[in-house]
Amino acid sequence: MTAFVSLEPPRRMVEISVDGKSIRAPEGSTIYQACRQTGTEIPTLCYLSTLHPVNVCRVCVVEVEGSRVLVPSCSRKIEPGMVVKTDSERVRHSRKMVLEFLDSSTDLSTTPEVAGWIEAYGAEADRYGPPAPPAPAGRRDGLQPGHHELVEPGVRATVAQPTKVDNDLYIRDYGKCILCYKCVEACGTDAQNTFALTVAGRGFDARISTEFAVELPKSACVYCGNCIAVCPTGALMFKSEHDRRAAGTWDESAQTVTQTVCPYCGVGCNLELHVQDNEIVKVTSPLDHEVTFGNLCIKGRFGWRYVQNREAGSNRGRTG
Amino acid sequence: MFGAGGGTSSYREVEETDVVFLWGANARENHPIFFHHVLKAIHRGARLFVMDPRRTASAQWAEAWLGLNVGTDIALANAMARVIIHAGLVNRAFIDRATSGYAAYAAAVERYTLAYAEKETGVPADVIERAALALARADRAVICWTLGITEHHNAVDNVLSLINLALLTGHVGRWGSGLNPLRGQNNVQGGGDMGAIPNRLAGFQDWTRDEAVRHKFEQAWGVPLKPEYGRNLTEMFHGMEHGEVRAVYVIGENPAQSEADQHRTERLLTGLDHLVVQDILLTRTAELASVVLPASSSWCESEGTVTNSERRVQRVRQALEPPGDARDDRWIIGEIARRMGRDWGNPSAEDVWNEVRSLAPMVAGMSYARLEQHGGLHWPCYDESHPGEEFLHARLWAEPRVGPPAPFSVVEHDPPVERPDAEYPFQLTTGRRLDAYNTGVQTGGFTSPLTRGETCDMSPEDGARLGVGDGDLVQVTSRRGTVVAPVRLDRNLRAGLVFMTFHYQDQVRTNVLTIDATDPKSGTAEFKACAVRIEPVRATAGAVA
Repeated sequence: MTAFVSLEPPRRMVEISVDGKSIRAPEGSTIYQACRQTGTEIPTLCYLSTLHPVNVCRVCVVEVEGSRVLVPSCSRKIEPGMVVKTDSERVRHSRKMVLEFLDSSTDLSTTPEVAGWIEAYGAEADRYGPPAPPAPAGRRDGLQPGHHELVEPGVRATVAQPTKVDNDLYIRDYGKCILCYKCVEACGTDAQNTFALTVAGRGFDARISTEFAVELPKSACVYCGNCIAVCPTGALMFKSEHDRRAAGTWDESAQTVTQTVCPYCGVGCNLELHVQDNEIVKVTSPLDHEVTFGNLCIKGRFGWRYVQNREAGSNRGRTG
Repeated sequence: MFGAGGGTSSYREVEETDVVFLWGANARENHPIFFHHVLKAIHRGARLFVMDPRRTASAQWAEAWLGLNVGTDIALANAMARVIIHAGLVNRAFIDRATSGYAAYAAAVERYTLAYAEKETGVPADVIERAALALARADRAVICWTLGITEHHNAVDNVLSLINLALLTGHVGRWGSGLNPLRGQNNVQGGGDMGAIPNRLAGFQDWTRDEAVRHKFEQAWGVPLKPEYGRNLTEMFHGMEHGEVRAVYVIGENPAQSEADQHRTERLLTGLDHLVVQDILLTRTAELASVVLPASSSWCESEGTVTNSERRVQRVRQALEPPGDARDDRWIIGEIARRMGRDWGNPSAEDVWNEVRSLAPMVAGMSYARLEQHGGLHWPCYDESHPGEEFLHARLWAEPRVGPPAPFSVVEHDPPVERPDAEYPFQLTTGRRLDAYNTGVQTGGFTSPLTRGETCDMSPEDGARLGVGDGDLVQVTSRRGTVVAPVRLDRNLRAGLVFMTFHYQDQVRTNVLTIDATDPKSGTAEFKACAVRIEPVRATAGAVA
């Protein structure tokens, strides 16, 4: 007697052409998914399998025959007979521009893979001039729509500003924020449903903000860290990682990642413990695990310190 | 239930159900990632009803909050049953096919009229009716509960009253319909699965009643097994009180702070001839011990498996080296056996698991390789070609039915042992908060902006009556003890109801207040209900006026 029930009807396979090759993928797939499944890599920053596509980073755009404009492959569904070019001159030119604009205005130093794309597409942020000086702390948080200030000619505008460190668990370095909306989605209906974060402001002054730009401890944040888990640039970062980076002791090549189960309640969330020097330095969860889909609560994400409180402190220390 | 102790639905089914009852469960704070699955259901259009004396973070997502008086769950459940019966919405086909005892049950709930239930539970009659009809009319519905149901002197009856509702409406044994106790600890399910309970061996096998089971285990272990149940925790403390238990070996538990009526607990633990505590942290219980055995942390410094609330057995793996002389629990237990003259060798976690598989059919198909490959498997999983079962009790719907019928149970409303009176006019109920856990020995290791220490939460009305506001100290006194804690006014509490946690027992010993009125069948104390008196702590004479 087996209780396995498949609720989805089988999906018809659709045939499309990608870069001159014919591929088949299930009906309802996006171009991005179909390409990934058949071995064609497309760069993206704002797409994540667990979130609804919002089409904002424009890095994943491809050319579709018959379409006037380039289409975001992360959300456009495949259709029978569709002819897709993922690496045409037009696509390459668009990606070069997008990466140039992003790289000229934001700090991409902790964005995985992006350095390779910048090189591959020949993006040159420096041709927009030297960066404008960083905004003082809090300045960008108060910018009102309709009052955008232009930078001096010959200087490139940036979102550089001091890192926000207002709690022991995670930091917000909005000089690295590319406004991909992933954190807003993870804090909202795609996962946590806490709605502590949203986009405030307009145009170049748009930024991720808490309600009335209050500090996190005064906001609705519940410190699940599901926003950190989806952030593609390191703008949202474990304080433990931030501190190690600042001290020059963050070394991913010396880290192991071990999957285990959270020690707290009985839901059974899978944790990936990132360990360096026999210390947990951050905790993630697998996106494809049916219990968590990558999401955790404050205890699973941050509640591990007690195992490495090896000296007697204010709380109860380890035996041993 | 019906012979196997586990939730009947998978989380995936919860996402795809139509009605969710969260009964005595504040999953939004205490099982946050389970609540993510509930939220997916809500976004799909499912209806959520929350039964809880407090208007919790979970209740704020509900179509209706049934804010019942503490300990009136059976009155509420029986009244819902009566509504369903009178509306002609019972699942007649299921009752006839798969259950027994319906007539007696229907007769027993007849006296639970809406008027009676409204008076007893404090929930408006129309809301009781709405929830009952939603359950009865749903294609699929899940009933989930937690300690709000089980931390009562009549815990088992409370659970039975919910099982009755599922039987009445046919919401069990099908995809998307089920009965789910949400487990409070990461391996509370697995502990039961593995026989760490006094009346079953691994795989819920009863060696006292089943000769074949006893013989199987005796053969495997090479020792005769006495056909006698052990003691549950409450019975152990009872044994300590009467000199029948003189030595205790505690592994990874902090009873000195987690048990109700803490003054009594401490007296009994300190009165033992010998107390051994094996723990990763120097808990309050460890401080009382004759010997402390430093252990490695079972979830990150050791290998093994745990089972979650959907019966999914998952691997835990070692990521860290334990500090100093801390040793794996498995090694410590093996060494103790060796010193007692038994050499069990040095089995790996996988060796131990394979022994469990050889003796417990319900996990026989779960090799480490398969657990790895599938990200865990649901029990039962009888052989290596079995996918595991996402929901239990499909047998009740088989034609013809397989196995015995599921019995209705006649259960009657029986209010908490200690109810507010003139001397102790407030109802104290205890629970957890999002950012902290149990006695706080683990979550005491980190702080966040949510950390606020212990408070005595009360309604603004009660605060006004007592003349206290946020942060003012009050003395909270029950018949068993007294503590001092700052007030926190909470609009989600009704007048007369106060709430405290047991997360900060080094500062505020909430469990000196709680009552050890215990369910004889489950051994669980009535942490959810005791009566207290509250008095403002006025400035002392030395303070400036």
